[in-house]
Amino acid sequence: MPSAEKIVELALLAEAAHEPDVVARFEIHYSRFLDPKGNALRPLPDFAVEPAELVALYRGMVLARTFDAKAVALQRTGRLGTFPSALGQEAVAVGIAAAMRKEDVFLPAFREHGAQLWRGVSLVELFLFWGGDERGSDFAGPREDFPICVPVGTHAPHAVGVALAFKLRREKRVAVCAFGDGATSKGDVAEALNIAGVWRLPLVFVINNNRWAISIPLAQQTAAETLAQKAVAAGIEGEQVDGNDVVAVREAVGRAVVKAQGGGGPTLIEALTYRLSDHTTADDARRYRSDADVSPHWAEDPITRLRNHLVGRGIWAKADEEALLSEVAAAVDKAVETYLAIPPQSAETIFDFTYETVPKDLAEQRRAALASERE
Amino acid sequence: MPEISLVQAVNLALARAMAEDGAVLVLGEDVAAEGGVFRATDGLLQRFGPDRVLDTPLAENAIAGLSVGLAAQGFRPVAEIQFTGFIYPAIDQLVNHASRLRTRTRGRLTCPMVVRSPAGGGIRAIEHHSESPEAMFAHIPGLRVVMPSSPGRAYGLLLAAIRDPDPVVFLEPTRLYRAAREEIEDDGAALPLDRCFVLREGTDITLVTWGAMTRETLGAADTLAAEGVSAEVIDIATLKPLDADSLLESVAKTGRCVIIHEAPLTGGFGAEIAARVAERGLVSLLAPIERVAGWDTVMPLPRLEQHYLPSEARILEAARRVLAYQ
Repeated sequence: MPSAEKIVELALLAEAAHEPDVVARFEIHYSRFLDPKGNALRPLPDFAVEPAELVALYRGMVLARTFDAKAVALQRTGRLGTFPSALGQEAVAVGIAAAMRKEDVFLPAFREHGAQLWRGVSLVELFLFWGGDERGSDFAGPREDFPICVPVGTHAPHAVGVALAFKLRREKRVAVCAFGDGATSKGDVAEALNIAGVWRLPLVFVINNNRWAISIPLAQQTAAETLAQKAVAAGIEGEQVDGNDVVAVREAVGRAVVKAQGGGGPTLIEALTYRLSDHTTADDARRYRSDADVSPHWAEDPITRLRNHLVGRGIWAKADEEALLSEVAAAVDKAVETYLAIPPQSAETIFDFTYETVPKDLAEQRRAALASERE
Repeated sequence: MPEISLVQAVNLALARAMAEDGAVLVLGEDVAAEGGVFRATDGLLQRFGPDRVLDTPLAENAIAGLSVGLAAQGFRPVAEIQFTGFIYPAIDQLVNHASRLRTRTRGRLTCPMVVRSPAGGGIRAIEHHSESPEAMFAHIPGLRVVMPSSPGRAYGLLLAAIRDPDPVVFLEPTRLYRAAREEIEDDGAALPLDRCFVLREGTDITLVTWGAMTRETLGAADTLAAEGVSAEVIDIATLKPLDADSLLESVAKTGRCVIIHEAPLTGGFGAEIAARVAERGLVSLLAPIERVAGWDTVMPLPRLEQHYLPSEARILEAARRVLAYQ
């Protein structure tokens, strides 16, 4: 008969032998090409070897920031509505747009002005929209791109539909959908990721993770180590990039677009950035975070980072910078002038786009509205 | 011509629309191999293939939301929500997006989509399977709301809904799915989406209803006829936009009006109809308007549902009160 000690030992061995089988494992890769000082950490992707595209990316970010600053200034002086600044997040928007082709369709959240501008939405249209005029979403440029989406994350299912349309028509086009960290808590995003995975759709989701959903920091939004791993449960690939490194964003989204176009299915990319501004012009972020929380993140600034890199490579000089700033400022000023000179739409347009053809009872309301205006 | 049921008429209209327009897609839960839990999409997968008849994962919000994306891309999705009790997650997409994409983009992007869903009680279904949410949708600018009450009207109105350039919520009265059969010519003829149907002409009282309650209402009209009362029965059918003119013409003729619906009384669509009649037809009224509706309670489980659904007897009581009013 075995001793009591022997029995315990055997029991432990049996338990060890019954460790659960591992049925799934995952890891999330992080990529970054430029460190915060603009030094290349590894060989740059092909598009970043020649200066032309890097300069274009730089211009895109500077334009976005110049527009942004002007929009905030206009709001402060009563000439624009509530506006969500994208200060510090320019690399996410511009990196996304630069990786897309013209024929792709972009579905933004509301802090991707830089991507919209890159894709051909005009400054005037952006000012018009944020100034409270629906015509600002009637883009003359990217006709199939979606307008911004205010109910957080609710456009993710639209991207599924757009990508499904491409797949059904056997078009080599890709839908790209951007949303914030807060959106990843919503069912819309979970449902969209799941369906995109099941149908292997040509769809790229980009999380513009600025670490804040108004006053809620990321740690209160999720217990997950990364948001990219939300892809794992949907059976799609997820990865994380330095969202303040426009080269990394452009490279990762570019890979995902090529993969989607080739039938490789959807990807979720988490771009880690930081919201340097208030949530919107109606917000006061000091109620929930201190300047000391924010200021270290200025060292990560995507625009300074790329400028340092360009200067370090001898691609960019002081004169280039001055010329760019004055060109961009002039373009923004001209757009403001045009925007401010555009009269509001006529009152009947409230009714005219509710349906393709105004129903009879709505036509009666329109007549009443116009009659009361004339009085 | 074979006689077919309302659910078969839905199927016939779907097949017709798909055959005539390659942009029409059918999608939803269990719509492909299963052919829908009520068989409304039966045979469509076999006929049109998996690119046009798509089983979706179980996510009503995304079914509506991805339909918005498809529609913006030029498809004409016809999404099935299995029961209206499950349509509530889709309301966000219908209210915030489908109904206003045209307005928001000044017509650049539009949303020609249909959400079909079996509605109403009376089939001894389990919880959440007997809802009548039409008034919620009728409140939303940019949506059309349709509820057919016969195989012929289901066929013609569904074709119209699919061809319409704007989003349509198409509520199919579950209780009538197999209640009556009608000969239908599959001629592709649509019915207008902005007209009431006069189901029975009369001169003494106007009974206004829609969906499954047309049955009890027509029954009440028969009983009244036997008593020498000529009741006009109007099927609203297209709740939004509302054809108030037909309604007012009828009330102008009869001077008496009873509104019957299965949905709860308070905030029901009957209130809108009563308001329209009061605003523009008050002088022709000879008696107060009455509403016969579901109670302001949760829809009971099957053992009690007959106590909830407006009965022919309740309609007759209201009609007699209105007729007797001096």
